[in-house]
Amino acid sequence: MGILTKALTTAAIATALMTGGAHAETKRIALVVKALGIGFFEAANKGAQEAAKELGDVEIIYTGPTDTTAEGQIEVINSLIAQKVDAIAVSANDTDALVPTLKKAMDRGITVISWDSGVAKEGRLMQLNPSSSSLIGNTIVKLAADHLPEGGDVAFLSATTTSTNQNVWMAEATKVLPNYPGINVVATVYGDDLADKSYRETQGLLQTYPNLKAIIAPTSVGIVAAAQAVTDAGKIGEVNVTGLGLPSEMAGHVKSGASKSFAIWNPIDLGYSATMIAYHLSNGDAKAEPGAEISMGRMGTVKLDENTEGAMADPFTYDASNIDAFSSIF
Amino acid sequence: MSTPTPRQIPDRLASPLARRLKSWEALLLAVAIAIFIANSIASPYFLDPWNLSDASFNFTEKAMIAFAMAMLIIAGDIDLSVASIIALCSTVMGVAMMAGAPVWVLVGLGLGTGLLCGAFNGLLVAGMGLPSIVVTIGTMSLFRGISYIVLGDGAFTGYPSDFSWFGQGYVWWVFSVELALFAALAVMFGLLLHGTSFGRTVYAIGNNATAARFSGIRVDRVRFILFLLTGVMSGLAAVCLTSRLGSTRPSIATGFELEVVTMVVLGGVNILGGSGSIPGVVIAALVMGLVTFGLGLLNVPGIVMSIIVGLLLIGVIALPRLWAMWRK
Repeated sequence: MGILTKALTTAAIATALMTGGAHAETKRIALVVKALGIGFFEAANKGAQEAAKELGDVEIIYTGPTDTTAEGQIEVINSLIAQKVDAIAVSANDTDALVPTLKKAMDRGITVISWDSGVAKEGRLMQLNPSSSSLIGNTIVKLAADHLPEGGDVAFLSATTTSTNQNVWMAEATKVLPNYPGINVVATVYGDDLADKSYRETQGLLQTYPNLKAIIAPTSVGIVAAAQAVTDAGKIGEVNVTGLGLPSEMAGHVKSGASKSFAIWNPIDLGYSATMIAYHLSNGDAKAEPGAEISMGRMGTVKLDENTEGAMADPFTYDASNIDAFSSIF
Repeated sequence: MSTPTPRQIPDRLASPLARRLKSWEALLLAVAIAIFIANSIASPYFLDPWNLSDASFNFTEKAMIAFAMAMLIIAGDIDLSVASIIALCSTVMGVAMMAGAPVWVLVGLGLGTGLLCGAFNGLLVAGMGLPSIVVTIGTMSLFRGISYIVLGDGAFTGYPSDFSWFGQGYVWWVFSVELALFAALAVMFGLLLHGTSFGRTVYAIGNNATAARFSGIRVDRVRFILFLLTGVMSGLAAVCLTSRLGSTRPSIATGFELEVVTMVVLGGVNILGGSGSIPGVVIAALVMGLVTFGLGLLNVPGIVMSIIVGLLLIGVIALPRLWAMWRK
């Protein structure tokens, strides 16, 4: 018993020493992500840090749960409320479940915005979309269609059935399908944003639909797993994997030909813009109301619609010609 | 009265074992106090009644289930379907809410669905004699599967404002409804396990089910009741969690089963059955809540947090055994 208590007290004192030094004047902005250890969000953090440096009086708290669960995110947000941070910018695991907790945060004077994956209107001041959903939905279908002049069978590999983002994008993609007459969507499967499950679901697709010409994975985890599964099945050239991914993770697959092209907005810009917006709203020099324009530093301004949502920029296509330049960035 | 002890048990094992069990709660309590002090030193925000109240939500729902799970594990069974029962209960409540059911019906349906799920598990395990771990791994997929069929990628939102009382309401000052429920249930389960003959039969079954049967205990009935109890507690947790989130999705409470089992084992309940106590589980719930909240205040990444909880579990479990080996 003594040993354990002693060990714990030592650990406690150590942590106490490490966390010394309070910041009196700096604004503390928490960047809450869906889960830690995801390349996309690490890149967003990089952008947030860049914004903090530019603004000077900002400290970024980069945090999130281990799994992409709403319950985990609520625990994280509760601890941020307890620390009385100035602003919370969250990419939500669940549109609705976070609302009561975020309302509590706003009641206690914290500026709350959502970015990337949004929160229901009553749980935040504004939502920053990386791009507009209709543009993304169109882009992911176009990416597949560009390499299929004669049309063919296409399948979706999504994240979880409850992922806000992916569901909206696929709904938008479905809307534009009539504009691409040859493209025939045969299936939608869910890899839960887990590499192994996405890999197995892709194997299933390849076996079930031997005529499959393209797999559209609008998730950075799914697209890598799908490209790997296609490579392992020896189907490079037959099946083109496309969708949304990170240049650093996709560089190898673009070079091997498993993926001819894919798209993504720049997560660095997204983290940067979210931080800028949270800063201005928290300072009171901008107001989140329909029609308002809020400055995002080097990214220009964002205009809010009637739901106080705004789009940052257009998605950007990466292929063999530019992948090397970007794969070292994020 | 006294069950006949098998004669090959040597005398010298009895007393250190008993002492070790007696000191288990003391050990955990020391850990809890150490963590509490460590947190107060490490973060200026820790010793705030409202913050501590917010932090209690990290464990109250899981602890409700952990009490029933502790009794089930002491009796030598386990229920891994509890998180999926929450999902199904929440879905049933959501369907009723969409149909315009009043709050008391929602609560009744939540608890009732939990009871039925528990009965289903109990029937397969106690009634048909199937191993509980296999049965509940099966029902884990089954119950949540039904939720996914009903909801797909949708969600039920718009619960009546009265319903939010269970997960967001306060009884008095900072004491939330969930915290009050947690305290009341701790006392009730403590009395049930440690103060009634039913509680004694649970231990008897866990130590030696065959001997218990020959002593006139209706073993399968007790096991069935324990599954019912676990089901109802999962139903109650579903009411609280749904009320707190204000919405239902089929992915609700994902992974809760392992955290509940961790809580029970950390509380000193023997995973093979036969020993353990409710006070131990209560303290373990507090320890887990304090650790996650304290580390959260320091913005320790969740990955590091799980490592620390894992090490804590292994440490607390291994320490008494090492201690015993030393003394031999």
